[in-house]
Amino acid sequence: MPETHRLYVKGKHIAHQRGKRNSHPGTSLVQIEGVSSAKEAQFYFGKRVAFVYRAKKEIKGSKIRVIWGKITRSHGNNGLVRANFRSNLPPKTFGASVRIMLYPSSI
Amino acid sequence: MSTVTKQIGGAKNGGSRAIPVNKASKWYPAEDIPAPKKVRKAARPTVLRASLVPGAVLIILAGRFRGKRVVLLKSLEDGTLLVTGPFKVNGVPLRRVNARYVIATSTVVSVESVDVAKFTSAYFAHEKKAKKEGEAEFFGDEEKKEKKTISETRVADQKAVDSALLAEIKKVPALKAYLASSFSLKKGDKPHLMKF
Repeated sequence: MPETHRLYVKGKHIAHQRGKRNSHPGTSLVQIEGVSSAKEAQFYFGKRVAFVYRAKKEIKGSKIRVIWGKITRSHGNNGLVRANFRSNLPPKTFGASVRIMLYPSSI
Repeated sequence: MSTVTKQIGGAKNGGSRAIPVNKASKWYPAEDIPAPKKVRKAARPTVLRASLVPGAVLIILAGRFRGKRVVLLKSLEDGTLLVTGPFKVNGVPLRRVNARYVIATSTVVSVESVDVAKFTSAYFAHEKKAKKEGEAEFFGDEEKKEKKTISETRVADQKAVDSALLAEIKKVPALKAYLASSFSLKKGDKPHLMKF
């Protein structure tokens, strides 16, 4: 088996939390891979999320940048979770992957 | 109040007198001097979760040793965990880690034979560098990039702990190979359903 080094769970940034007409970009909705119920999602509450992306300009010698966030609570019954990021994820990241870290750990 | 005995001349003056070192003030202060508030809080020791018992095999989740399986030796008084690879098995030295960045597995090694009394948070504290004065500090170009060397005491301590721990590890079949392997998530893995 090929060696992998992944220590995070993959997730998708689905949307911002929203009403019928207004969107609330302060809260992002994240779908975690392999999670299909609110009960399963509970494991991930409080875990750190990272949106990793590439930009043209180097900062401190790296073109890779991160927006960190935290999973706050579940959203609905199908395993979606809400996450708050330090700076709001832009709408163009809808559908993009985010990394759900396994820390802070409580196991 | 501390006093000083002084010799006093004159026949009727009693010979010597105790005189206070600091003379009492002639007046009370016109305004009250604010007294600092008393601290009623006490720093309580950290309570670790139940799974973190000495000897437990942990998975480190972040930092340069992420994914490595290590043995928990004890918890230190600053709330961190003292772990070792052992160094000989997977390259993780005696090290402090934060309990929040660690997954405890159900595997437990006996660590009673390992002497960890000398390891405290002070043991791991950084040594303070002597500050250079004036120009040398300002320019700093003469400062050679010294290669970081590991002190001999650290190496000796590591060896002592490793040999005691390895003896215990060898008693359990496949445990050495387990500690040498690293943890990672594969496709379709669901950590929320895993039993660690």
